[in-house]
Amino acid sequence: MSAIINISSLKKDYYIGEVTVHALRGIDLQISQGEFVAIMGASGSGKSTMLNIIGCLDRPTSGTYYLDGINVAELSKNERAAIRNRKIGFVFQAYNLLSRTSALENVELPLMYNPGIKAKERKERALAALEAVGLQERMDHMPNQLSGGQQQRVAIARSLVNDPVVILADEATGNLDTRTSYEIMALLQELNEKGKTIVFVTHEPDIARCGTRNIVFRDGHLIRQEEVSNRLIATETLKALPVEED
Amino acid sequence: MKLGNLFKVAMNALRRNKMRSFLTMLGIIIGVASVITMLAIGQGSKKSIEDQIASMGSNMLFVIPGSMRMGGVQQGSSGSQRLTIADMNAIRTGCDAIIAVSPEVRASGQAVYGSSNWPTTIYGGNEQYLEIKSWAIVSGRNFTADEAKGSAKVCLIGRTVADELFGEGIDPTGESVRFKNIPFRIIGLLKEKGQNSFGQDQDDVLIAPYTTVQKRILAQTYIQSIQMSAKNAEASVLAQQQVEEVLRRTHKLRENENNDFEIRSQEELATTMTSVTDILTILLGAIAGISLLVGGIGIMNIMYVSVTERTREIGLRMSIGGQGKDILLQFLIESIMLSVFGGLIGILLGFAASKVVGALTSWPITVMWSSVILSFAVCTVIGVFFGWYPARRASELDPIDALRYE
Repeated sequence: MSAIINISSLKKDYYIGEVTVHALRGIDLQISQGEFVAIMGASGSGKSTMLNIIGCLDRPTSGTYYLDGINVAELSKNERAAIRNRKIGFVFQAYNLLSRTSALENVELPLMYNPGIKAKERKERALAALEAVGLQERMDHMPNQLSGGQQQRVAIARSLVNDPVVILADEATGNLDTRTSYEIMALLQELNEKGKTIVFVTHEPDIARCGTRNIVFRDGHLIRQEEVSNRLIATETLKALPVEED
Repeated sequence: MKLGNLFKVAMNALRRNKMRSFLTMLGIIIGVASVITMLAIGQGSKKSIEDQIASMGSNMLFVIPGSMRMGGVQQGSSGSQRLTIADMNAIRTGCDAIIAVSPEVRASGQAVYGSSNWPTTIYGGNEQYLEIKSWAIVSGRNFTADEAKGSAKVCLIGRTVADELFGEGIDPTGESVRFKNIPFRIIGLLKEKGQNSFGQDQDDVLIAPYTTVQKRILAQTYIQSIQMSAKNAEASVLAQQQVEEVLRRTHKLRENENNDFEIRSQEELATTMTSVTDILTILLGAIAGISLLVGGIGIMNIMYVSVTERTREIGLRMSIGGQGKDILLQFLIESIMLSVFGGLIGILLGFAASKVVGALTSWPITVMWSSVILSFAVCTVIGVFFGWYPARRASELDPIDALRYE
């Protein structure tokens, strides 16, 4: 399998006043097509910085980062925006859906920033993405008419719609209860089965076990990475959960 | 993002906050409406003064005796007896920019018909007098040149005098009226002119041949003023120069002597009068302009609030591929839409308000297209100008910080 993310000796420093914060102190990381990688670590360990750099929202201070063969560290602000638009899908903890905007229009949003895609194709692709997350029935609903889990599904559909090389999820289950969390993980596992590469950040070890590989950060270093041996299959975990009576 | 989509996005954002969008626009609406209405009022009052001055005569000039020194004492101009029929004849032959010239003498007194009497003024002129003064005749005729020279006891009557002596709306042509005990045959009724800009009733007149007024009423040979018409408005200045030359010659004034007469033109009078309304227009326009500016600041304020409120949305749009210029344009178009829609509504409101003011004051109020175009252009500029800084700030946000913004 080819590495779609190839990071070597990557460093990131922040300057706050006269103090230099070393957020990442030399990271080497390869992620291949079809992997499902969980990034773990305490707050301040550098995992969020790592995700931001992988997501081309931030650029490294030194080192190299190739995404799908492109040296991202050399790109301008606008070029990075274009890369995010074509190659990356984001899922956030707080969903970040536009309020008073229908599910379908929320999913269409990334394609609006791609001038090559006409309105008709945009709608078709957004519908297909909503179908992939099982929400085609709710396309006309506004975010406030959807549950937390449904909103996150719309957000996942939005991250899928541009057919990205990698989906980045930042604590995507952080605002959800256990059952809904596993429903979301089941959806991500299903997408991964179909070949999507997914990188996600989480605090919860159980959720991390849904991935194929776990990476642990501490104090700006990548201290451990391991293949998940006893992988959790989210659909089975869901069946084992007690059904809440309310 | 394509421009069409940006418009849709901006439209949706405004629709999501209908009340706020409307209140923001209200500042612009009031600003534009007041600019248009104020300028229309200013223009209307100017027009009404111009109309009144035009009613005084056609391209009229007149000469009145100037003040003079008599043995070292400066005399008033009214009592001087400097202008004569000879002066008038010299102007008629010597000034080619003048097409009509008439002497003017006047006397005040009581007009009597039967048991009615009315205090009025009788003006004496020649057969060109009516033409110079823009008088029209409703019925009857003007007096002839022979009558003018021959002290004929005929007169034309103004509407007010006719109303007072003969009764409301009655045409007294053919009747006789006595003025200072001289009987005059009324040969024509003058068309109504209304009040002049000083509030004086222009229809309170009798007009008779100047010779009649001079000999039979005043018993004098000099004339009080010479009234003239220039060929056209442009010839007015030239006419004034020619008249001055001719009169200096006939009055035998030396190089170093001051004029013993004064020449005034209707043009001059119009300029003086309209300069007042011009100042008024500028003042009203400036006040309205300030309210438009305040409306613009309102837009800027709301756009700042909107940018802050939607920081996460901006972060999201950036993270999914929105570039700085997409964000900038999105907010800029939003503020332009606010100001342009506000401007359009303001223009309609301005038209309506001008109509209402016009109906209430009966001024000839006309909305100037230039003021509509001007205020619309100002609106668009306001949208860009006041939208620019908030939009710029939005576009310069860091996506990571923006996404994390609470």
